This record gives sequence, C-alpha cells and structure tokens, in this order.
Amino acid sequence: MKLSAQWIRDFVDLTVDNRRLAEDLTGVGIAVEGISGSGADTVFEMEIGTNRPDAMNHYGVAREAAAIYDLPLKHLSAVSSQPSAKSSHNAAFPITVEEPQLCPRFSARVIRGTKVKPSSEKIAHRLRLLDQRPISNAVDATNYVLWEMGKPTHVFDMDLLEGGKLIIRKAKNGEKLKTLDGVERTLTSDDLVVADAKRAVGLAGVMGGFDTMITGKTRNILIESAWWDPVTVRKTSRRHGIHTDASHRFERGADFESTVLSCDLVAALILESGGGELVGDVIDVVSRQIDLAPVVLRVSEVHRILGGSLETGEIFRILKKLGFTLIPEGQGDAQFRVQIPSWRLDVEREIDVIEEIARLHGYDKFGNTLPAFSGAVVELPHAAVDATLRTRALALGYNEAVSLTFISHADAELFSSASVLELENPLSGEARLMRTSMVPGMLEMLERNLNNGTQNVRLFEMGRIYEQLGGNPVEPRRMCLGATLAAVKGSLPVGEVLDVSKDEHAATAEAFRCFKGDVENLLAGFAYRELRFDRETTEYFHPGRSARALIDDRPVAWFGQIHPEVAKVTWEEIKAGAILRETGAGAVASPLRKQVLRGLRQEVFVAEIDLDRLHSVGLRQVRFRPLSAYPAVERDFSFVFPDKVEFEAMGRAVAELDIREIVEFKPVEIFRGGSIEPGHYSILLRAKLQSPEETLRDDVQIVDWCEKIIGALKRVKGVQRVGGGASAY
Amino acid sequence: MSYTVPKLTNYSAAALENAAAKCIRACADDAAAVRNEAELKAFRDRWIGRKNGVLTQINDLWLKGAPKDAKREAGIRVNEVKARIQELVEGARVGGDESVSAPAERVDISLPGVRRPIGAEHPVIKTTNEMVRVFQKLGYSVADGPVVETDYYNFEALNFPPNHPARDTQDTLFIAGQQAKPQRERLLLRTHTSPVQIRTMEKMRPPIRIVIPGTVHRNDPPDASHSPMFHQIEGLAVDTNITFGDLKGTLDHAMKEFFGSSVKTSFRPSFFPFTEPSAEMFVSCFICGGSGKRGTDNAPCRPCKQTGWIEILGCGMVDPNVFEFVKDNGYDPRKVSGFAFGMGADRIALLKYGVDDLQLFFNGDVRFLQQFA
Ligand SMILES: [Zn+2]
Repeated sequence: MKLSAQWIRDFVDLTVDNRRLAEDLTGVGIAVEGISGSGADTVFEMEIGTNRPDAMNHYGVAREAAAIYDLPLKHLSAVSSQPSAKSSHNAAFPITVEEPQLCPRFSARVIRGTKVKPSSEKIAHRLRLLDQRPISNAVDATNYVLWEMGKPTHVFDMDLLEGGKLIIRKAKNGEKLKTLDGVERTLTSDDLVVADAKRAVGLAGVMGGFDTMITGKTRNILIESAWWDPVTVRKTSRRHGIHTDASHRFERGADFESTVLSCDLVAALILESGGGELVGDVIDVVSRQIDLAPVVLRVSEVHRILGGSLETGEIFRILKKLGFTLIPEGQGDAQFRVQIPSWRLDVEREIDVIEEIARLHGYDKFGNTLPAFSGAVVELPHAAVDATLRTRALALGYNEAVSLTFISHADAELFSSASVLELENPLSGEARLMRTSMVPGMLEMLERNLNNGTQNVRLFEMGRIYEQLGGNPVEPRRMCLGATLAAVKGSLPVGEVLDVSKDEHAATAEAFRCFKGDVENLLAGFAYRELRFDRETTEYFHPGRSARALIDDRPVAWFGQIHPEVAKVTWEEIKAGAILRETGAGAVASPLRKQVLRGLRQEVFVAEIDLDRLHSVGLRQVRFRPLSAYPAVERDFSFVFPDKVEFEAMGRAVAELDIREIVEFKPVEIFRGGSIEPGHYSILLRAKLQSPEETLRDDVQIVDWCEKIIGALKRVKGVQRVGGGASAY
Repeated sequence: MSYTVPKLTNYSAAALENAAAKCIRACADDAAAVRNEAELKAFRDRWIGRKNGVLTQINDLWLKGAPKDAKREAGIRVNEVKARIQELVEGARVGGDESVSAPAERVDISLPGVRRPIGAEHPVIKTTNEMVRVFQKLGYSVADGPVVETDYYNFEALNFPPNHPARDTQDTLFIAGQQAKPQRERLLLRTHTSPVQIRTMEKMRPPIRIVIPGTVHRNDPPDASHSPMFHQIEGLAVDTNITFGDLKGTLDHAMKEFFGSSVKTSFRPSFFPFTEPSAEMFVSCFICGGSGKRGTDNAPCRPCKQTGWIEILGCGMVDPNVFEFVKDNGYDPRKVSGFAFGMGADRIALLKYGVDDLQLFFNGDVRFLQQFA
C-alpha cells in the first residue's frame, strides 16, 4: 500500500524529515517498508497489519504521527458542503434498510446539476502517486476520500436508479448484477445488495453496479457511504472473487462515525470541480448503533503484562493522543474507564489498550529481564533413538536430506498400500497427496544427483509419512536411506571381499552386503535378542536383492536394490542379463513401468526403517562383558554347497550344536566357477573358539568340536573339500 | 652462511649467552640448507675446519681475548657452543634425514589423503537443533504435534475466528473431503507450529516452558525464497508473572547465545491474532555488524538490505483469548501470563550460511549438502 508523505503532512505540522518519519512510524507498528520519489512526491510503501484498517489512509497515519511527536492533529472537515439555500428540489431520497443487522448505518447525499469531467491536476496527481488511475471527478472524489480518511463510498448516477429509491436487502438466489468491472455476476441469497425499485445496483461494500455508474452524461449524483457487516462483506468478496480497496477496509471494520463526513467530503470535491448544488440535508439512516463499549484499564494490569513501572502520566498521555478518553474510576490513579474512538474497532479489551500503551511508549524502552524457572527439561520421547540413528548415518557417510512432503497418485499406489490424505488445493497435479512413503522422494533426490553427474551418492532422511487410519490422520515416523551402486561398491574395504568369483553376480552380492552392513550398523544400537533377515519385501524392491530386517520377530526395516522397472534401467541392460539374472523380469513391460517414469542412470539401493517400531524396541543399554584371559583359536572349514543352501542354514546348524566356546562363525571366502560344479559354490568358513575359563587344548576339545562342526555342515548338504588350505579342515 | 664470529668486548653473562645462542642458531640454519654432498662438505669445513673454522675462531676471539676474571665463564660457554656445533655438524644430512632419503622409504606427503566419506548434517536441521539447544539451556522442554491439524488447533484456539481476514495471511493447504465435518474439525496442514502451544497447554498445567521445532506447510509455490514446506521453531513460556520484559530478555539472551554476544535485538509492534502485544524481533545484522555495508569497498549489505537489522522472528504476550481455550487446565488469564515466539529455521539457515536459493535445502543435491560436512 502506497501513501504520500506530503498528504500525511497536510494534517500535522511535522518538523522531522521523511526518512525519520518513516523510521518513527515503523517503530510504532505502522511499518514503512520502503521510500521512493522525493520532495513533495515522496511515497511511502506501507505494510499495515490486518487489525489496523484505521491506519490504511493518510489521515490515520497522520494521527499516529501526531501521537508520536505530541503535535496537534488538524481537524478534517468539508467546509463547502452546506446545502444550497435556494434549493428547489425535494431533498428526500427514500432509503429502506431491510437488513439492519448487516447495514446498521447508511448515509447519503444528493448533488444535482453537476458536470462530470476530468479531475483537477492536484487530485489526479495525488491519485497517480498512489498508483490509482484517475477516471472522472466524481469517481476520483470517492477514491480520493478513501485514501484521505479511509472510508469507502460509492457514487450512483441518480437518474439511472429506477423508482427513485434505494433498498438494502439480501439478493435473490440467481439474481444477476453486472459489476463495475463489467462482469455479470450471479448472486446468492447470502449476498447483501443495494437495490433500486427493480434490481440490484451494487454488491454491498464490495463493488458498485455497471448500469448505474457515473458517465459523461451524468448530471445528478447520489453519494453512498454506509457501514457494512465485516463478515458479510468478506464472504461476498470471497464468493465472487472480488477483492477491492473498499472490501479490504469494510471486512476489517470501518469507522462507524465517518459515514456522514465522508459523504460531505466527496460532495465538496464534486461541487468544487463540477459545480452543481447540494440538495437537502444529509440522509443518515441509523438502524443500529455499533457500540464500542468502554474498557476498564487497571494500572496494575499494565505493569503485570508489560513489566517495569510505566508512569500513569505516560499512560494517560499516550492514550489521549491516540483519541482515547480516560475517566478515573474509584480512588487515586489505579483504574480508568477508557472510551474507545470510533475508528478503533480492533480495541475491545483491556489487553488491547495495554498494547497501545506499549506500542507508543516504544518496545525497546522496556528493560530486558529473565524469568526464573526451576522445572525439568524434558526431551521428546523419541529424541534419543533419533539422535543415535542420525549420528550413525552421518558417520556411515550418508548426507542428511530433507525432501518435500507431497507425492503423486501414481507414486502413492506403487510405494504404499496405506489409505491416503489428499489435498483440497494442491500446488500441482504431481503434488496432490501427502507422502505415504519416503521412497519416491528419495528416488527423486538420487535421480537428480545422478543427472548432475554425481556418481557417489549417499542420502538419508528422517521424517513423517501421512496416512489415514480409521478415518483419522496418523503420522508414522520413518527413516529412509538411499545410495547409488557406485557409492555402495566404493565402501567395500579391500580386505573384506568375500565373493572372489570373477562374475557380475559376485560384484552384486558384495554390493548388497555393503548396504546391508549399513542397515546392521544402524540397528546395532538397539536392545534386541535376535536380529534376522528374510526376503519379505515389497514389489518396488528387486526380488532377488532385497531383504527385511526383523528384531525379535517384528519387522523394522526393508532394504535392498530398487526394482529395475522402477529405477527404469535401460532395456539393453535388462536384455543383456547383466542386471536381472535371477528374476527374469523385463520379459514383459509391467504396469509399474508405465506408471512411474524415472530415469535413474545407475542401480540404487534404498532402506526404509520404521522409527516407531525401533522406538518401542529401545536403545541398547551397554553392560560390560569380561574379556577372556585365554587365547582364541581359529579353525577354517572348506566346503562346497549347492546354490540353494544359504549361509544362514550353515550358521543355524552350527548354532544348534550349542557349543558355548564357538564365539564366532563366519564365511571368509566364496567362489563359483573353475573346478566347482555349476549350481554349486565353494565356501571357506571360519570358527573362532574361546573359553572364558581355560586355554583350549587342540588334542581334546578342539578336535572334537571341529568334527561336530563338520558334521553339522554335512547335514545341510555340504561337501567337505579336500586340501582346502593350510589351516582348513 | 653469512655468519661471522664477532669479537667480544662485553663479557657479561648475558652478552655471552646471547653470542652463543646466535652462533648456534646460525649453525642450525646452515645445516638445514644443505642440499647435496658438495654443500655438506663446505658446511663442515666452514664450522669445524681446523684452519679457519668457526670453532677455531671462537676459541681465538672469545676465549683467548677474554679478561682474566671472565675466563672461567667464557670457557664454559665456549665448550657448550662447541659441543652443540659438533652435534649439528654430525647430524647434518643432505635434504634432511638420510634414513628416509631412499625413494622406497619415502612417500609424497603432498598427495591428497584418502578421505572416507563423512555424512553432512542438513543445514536446516543443524540450525534447528542448535536453536533448540539454546532454549533447552534456558529450561525449555521440547514438544511436538501433528502436521495434519484441525481448524480448531491451527486457527480457532489461536484466536483466528472463522471468517477472520487474518486467516488470509496463512495461505492454508486443506485436506480434501472435509466439507461434511463441522468447521473446527476440518483437517488442514498446519501453517505454523503454534497449534502445539494449545496441545501442550491442554496436557500440562502451568508453569511451562516449551520449544517446538516442526514442519509446516503453506500454499506458496516454490522459488528462491518460498517453499510450500518449511520449518519453524516455536516457543512458549507461561507462569504467574511473565512480563513483556521477560519476553524481550529471554529472546535477547537466546539470540546472543545463537549468533554471538555482540548482536543486539530490537522489537517493533506487529500483529498476530494469538499474541497481544505482538512484536517482530530484529537482530543487528550479523553479516555486516549492523553497519549496512560490507568489506573494504563498503559494498551494500544484501541480507539486511543496508538497514543493519535483520528480521528474525515474531513474538508477543499470549493473548488472553488463547488462555480462555485452556482455562480449565489452570490457564486463567487473570492469574497467569506468558509469551510465545516463532521463527523460520530455513530463513535463519539461509542467512547464516549465505545460501541464495531456498530450493537447495530440499533437493538433496550432494554437491550442496557436502559443503556442510
Ligand atoms: Zn547487513
């Protein structure tokens, strides 16, 4: 909103320069955001809060300036608006208010025999400064008065009002009104209109009618200045999508006492420029008083809220300058009855008056104090779990990311089976839903990085997903990890290579193991008895290269390589079999492929972790375990297994031996090809044996246990290799 | 190399010590400058050569020329210098330590180190955590609440009456299919973290001190300074005697803790439906130090638009109408008072790190994120 500095100075004799004036106004909450132009054409760009319609004009800002500098505010009056004594016309213009609740006051003036022409240069110049387009003297008069003192008014070509009367009524359902902007509007019975005997001629407080507007032919004018119910104006304005300077002020509350004055000011401007005569007295239909009840102000309350010890004299001075009237109540200066000025509809309560005092006194003048507090500081219940996972993810090289919370219908269908929350007014068609999964956002971020030429990408995000459960919104908490194949492969230390076969499958298996290790590292901070993995994952994961992690039989994480169809790896790669050997997917184009078009230029790995489940598991409390004083002994076992026997079966078989001294049992080398029969693989397994009580003896215990281990491995279809290395059995 | 043995006139202990130190330092410098075998030989001759080496000269100039009563003291000094120079000469090697001069033993220490990847904290979350910690130190507990809120918590209980123009400023994103419900039960995406004020006061009796970090949404199309999703940090303190001075003092203290003790704060009147009096808080620009200008060429400071002040947050005394909604839980506005504040974590991170595009925070670009590692 623009205001002219010179126009403000019309009403108060300021000695400060414009820059200083702008600063001081800003200091009391009448914010000047920018200054342009110079001299008499200086324009302030204002930012006035919705609660201060009284300051959305020059006189209102002058009032604030007068209060700041303790200067007199000039009276605003329409000197030349006395009705012509020799008026021969009938002054009365009948006005019927059918809705007194919605139109408590309607004032009007009649001018006859005037001439519509361009405004004087003074008026036109001032309006142009505020980016208002001058139209004609009569229309400009209403606009000028609105910007001068804040009251919207309207002018009708009186001769076009049928039946010589006005009625304030509800519109009929389906009633038509062509508004000033030339748009034909269909009204509802919730709209309030100004009507003549036959039809609506104005949308109350929002915009006048096209058919009764001022034209070059207009000779006789009816000036309207009413007070409209703010909520009704707001609803009508929104219903019809018309936001005008008038509706902006009416819906925030206009000055009830300014209807007559504004009529007179408009009349004076029209008479001055176009001549003619004022007919009869002002018409002023008051069907209901808008009562600004006085407020009781206790000085003790001022001190309770603001602190410090503002003196009663200062309180009195500030309020008086702003137009409030104070009458002492009871004894001494402890309490006042404060009469609210008619333009301050926002001031209704004691606290509102206190704000006025603080505002004009200057916020920065109040001393800074710190309140004492002895309560406990409580963290969010999941804070420790979140912090543990976050620290570990960062340490594992994952960058923390935040993605937008919206997803498309297609993504929601693919990545979740939950019932969705849809937006009424989404920003775009692709962002209609609240995310039911963090995976699409993660894939988008991975894709963006790959498109930018970044090959090694590791990201994680912690946040909420949004679902409906029994009609109620729920916000489960999730962690999502994403990594490109390059990043995953790069994290494999040379000494940790397990599968030494010379084929693509070995590379993939090693990559999966690297990613799985990250998930294991994250979960290692939790208090579980058993962590195990199965293949129960969802369809957007590669069926052969994904897993589910279960803590004490409850699923907590799903992870692995994203399905090539979702990642949209090229057909050539799929046909070459390099990507999908086990599954044979890619033989037919699945519906998934059509739904989700992504262009990931590399295979990617994703993990989803259920933070709520992990929170219920809880963090592991560290308890010290004594270190064994006796040396550990390692023994290796070289075996060949059919492909279908996985390591888990071997581990379980050995565990079932229930030998306490086997403290670790792990694979150290895997090989396919060469002399190994197709469909089989060789594996070198290592057992670590240690007792907390004694040094183990090779001839007795160790030999015996090794025989048992061999037996167990044979029971799960293992064939022991002969000559499997120096220390190997 | 340019060292010449001075002739001593002053044989005081201090003068002797000074001369000895100069001599030893010169020898050490000389030793370090040796680059090849020829230079090594020249170095040896210069210092311990029998004919006219420095040691011989010292013997002649310092010891033989010493007055009688200083002979003993001079003798001790000269012996010390001799021993140290012998040591330096024996230890001198071509290009430093000889033991690592063979190529097999020597690595190029200028090659870049192998840097195992370290993940970077997200700047907005890092900023949020830092700010939350500031308030935790002041006794504030952390609270949170749902992102999908009801009209009641997001608006009504925060003194935004239905059909109030103040609602327009919030650019709310609404959940579809809510028309059948009463207005206060209709779902929307919270436009601020303030609903958690109400939710917390419903659960906890006064006194309370809470800080609320959280995600909020508004119907703002994304650009360099807008995002439909962003992050707020909200605070609330309610007690029997909280004043506007406490609000100012608490925030001033917190800003000094967060931005550094030299920042100043300034408060200007503002309007929020749920606080009264309401204020906007500015901190003196932590980029230009409040001068509005930067660098030696006095370039205009962009972050503060040359004003020297940066708007950081909105705040105010809790409006009595808000307390009325939780009055039954001990929040009688006649007995308790309080203050609330809210700030944008994303905006503070933008300013703090000089980021010029808000979208960089939300696209997961590793090139951007790794700058914070
Ligand atoms: Zn600055």
